[in-house]
Amino acid sequence: MTAPPPGTGADGPILSVDGVSVWLTGREVLHDVRFRIMPGEFNGLIGPNGAGKTTLFRVILGLQAATAGSVLVGGRPLDRRNPIIGYVPQKVFFDPDMPLRARDVVGLGLDGHRLGIPLGWSRRRQAVDAMLDAVDAHHLADARVGNLSGGEQQRVLIAHALISRPRLLLLDEPLANLDIRAEGEVVALLARIAREQRIAVLISAHDVNPLLPVMDRLVYVAAGKTASGSTEEVIRAEVLSALYGQHVDVLRVHGRILVVAGAEGPSGVTVEETDGAALAPGIVSLR
Amino acid sequence: MSRVLNALFAPGFFGSGPVRAAVVVGAVVAVVTGAVGVFTVIRGQSFAGHALGEVGSAGGSLAFLSGTNPLWGFMGVAVVAAGLMEVLGLHRPRSRDLATGLVLGAGLGCAALFLYLDATSTTSTGVTVTILFGSLFAVSQPVLPSVVALSAAVLVVIASCYRMLLLTSLSPDLAAARGVPVRAVAIAYLVIMAVAVSLAAETIGAILATALLVGPPATALRLTKRPGGAMVVAGLVGVAAVWIGIVLAYDSYYWPPVDHGWPVSFFVVAMVFVLYLGAGVVAALGRARRTRHVAAPPAMRESGCEPHVDADAA
Repeated sequence: MTAPPPGTGADGPILSVDGVSVWLTGREVLHDVRFRIMPGEFNGLIGPNGAGKTTLFRVILGLQAATAGSVLVGGRPLDRRNPIIGYVPQKVFFDPDMPLRARDVVGLGLDGHRLGIPLGWSRRRQAVDAMLDAVDAHHLADARVGNLSGGEQQRVLIAHALISRPRLLLLDEPLANLDIRAEGEVVALLARIAREQRIAVLISAHDVNPLLPVMDRLVYVAAGKTASGSTEEVIRAEVLSALYGQHVDVLRVHGRILVVAGAEGPSGVTVEETDGAALAPGIVSLR
Repeated sequence: MSRVLNALFAPGFFGSGPVRAAVVVGAVVAVVTGAVGVFTVIRGQSFAGHALGEVGSAGGSLAFLSGTNPLWGFMGVAVVAAGLMEVLGLHRPRSRDLATGLVLGAGLGCAALFLYLDATSTTSTGVTVTILFGSLFAVSQPVLPSVVALSAAVLVVIASCYRMLLLTSLSPDLAAARGVPVRAVAIAYLVIMAVAVSLAAETIGAILATALLVGPPATALRLTKRPGGAMVVAGLVGVAAVWIGIVLAYDSYYWPPVDHGWPVSFFVVAMVFVLYLGAGVVAALGRARRTRHVAAPPAMRESGCEPHVDADAA
């Protein structure tokens, strides 16, 4: 990977979120969020559905104004067209009929915001091929993207986000709707990209477990409040109980983490068969 | 040879002025609606496109009352309707059908009034049929340059916004994060769709305009997986449908009831549908051939035969 351009905070944090609060329709969706991400760091953004993860992404991307606080990307204030950030949104639905090949999707990552029709075919094609190689999706290049599996589509979207050479990659719930094997492959791919290309990753998930082997740090969101640090620092009963505003237990079983909401403390623990999403807030699944 | 030609083309076909105008207008309009329609289908806006065509009938009938060419009526009303839909919430997925339906209802109400006035104010009883179902042979020659110019303008807009249209269709959030003015692109697209549908209404009628907007692109999506290829194939399919339709309609003057040709719009729309079905057969055959390919020796799969790659006629 080429060296980062000067003046983009090469040594400082690639992302600093400082005291960000967001009010939407009279409700405080995010409250005093603060954390930093260093270059090449693999960060999880963990929390139950509806905790404000997508809103936080939209603030970082400049799609949603913060009511208070500031966001610096590469040491600079937000800019809509900031090429430093690559983004994989939640729930991109590829209709099987859509006349788009995987290589078209990746190519749009290069110049999809431009006017006119693409020129410079061979150079463009080389860049797209190289990117598809980098995400182990070379063999999918000419497949209709709507016919690919969920994991394959995620890899194509990751290639789409990476081809503009960002230094920070935001991924909104990329593991949702993937089977366990595809989940592992996507996580391993992202970890490799972060390590080899020194691209910082911020990946949101409602379940912390798939990310445990690769995560350097995490930001936990619950009820609009956040805590950040290493897994050991954040996923503790005291920290999470303070976030949720109710007693929460953290169980570690065979290297996996189970967060359990119990209304009356340890004696009244309610353990539920978990699937992450459809549960009481904050319950992280154990598989 | 000449007997075959005579059997295909009824006497006088090549010398007829209206036929020549129909051939040119029909082809130009088919190319434009094909290109625009590919995005209509990708963006899931078929209902909005259909509504713009039908609402245009209010304009067409109003134009007839005032003695101007129906094209200007179709287009004026369709563009205004597009603006109304956008204001009422076409850009929000949840209010999209509602906005379209409201404008469609109001527009058709106006059309009911104007068509009634048309019918009572003149002795010509064919107005309603012409506005709603078109009459390609009655396209007036003076409007030809305008049709070509408008078509060219629409194609220029499509070419300029090509990548942005694809990216916003993929994910509006993704496009917005890259600095694409998502709302402006959506409005621009709505306007060119209104223009394309009006051109189609001029040729095959306000109600049937959707057939050209949606049919050839839907056919193309069965045959190719490239966005640019889909636009080309859709254009070709549209031109084929219109030209075959014109030949059959001209021939039908010699079919029963003699001396009353069948409506050309019927033939065009029928051809659109037949070509769509035909494309389904072609795509299925292609898939079957490829499945045999893949099921054959495993070594071939390793060496780059792609099980995922599907039909691509382009």
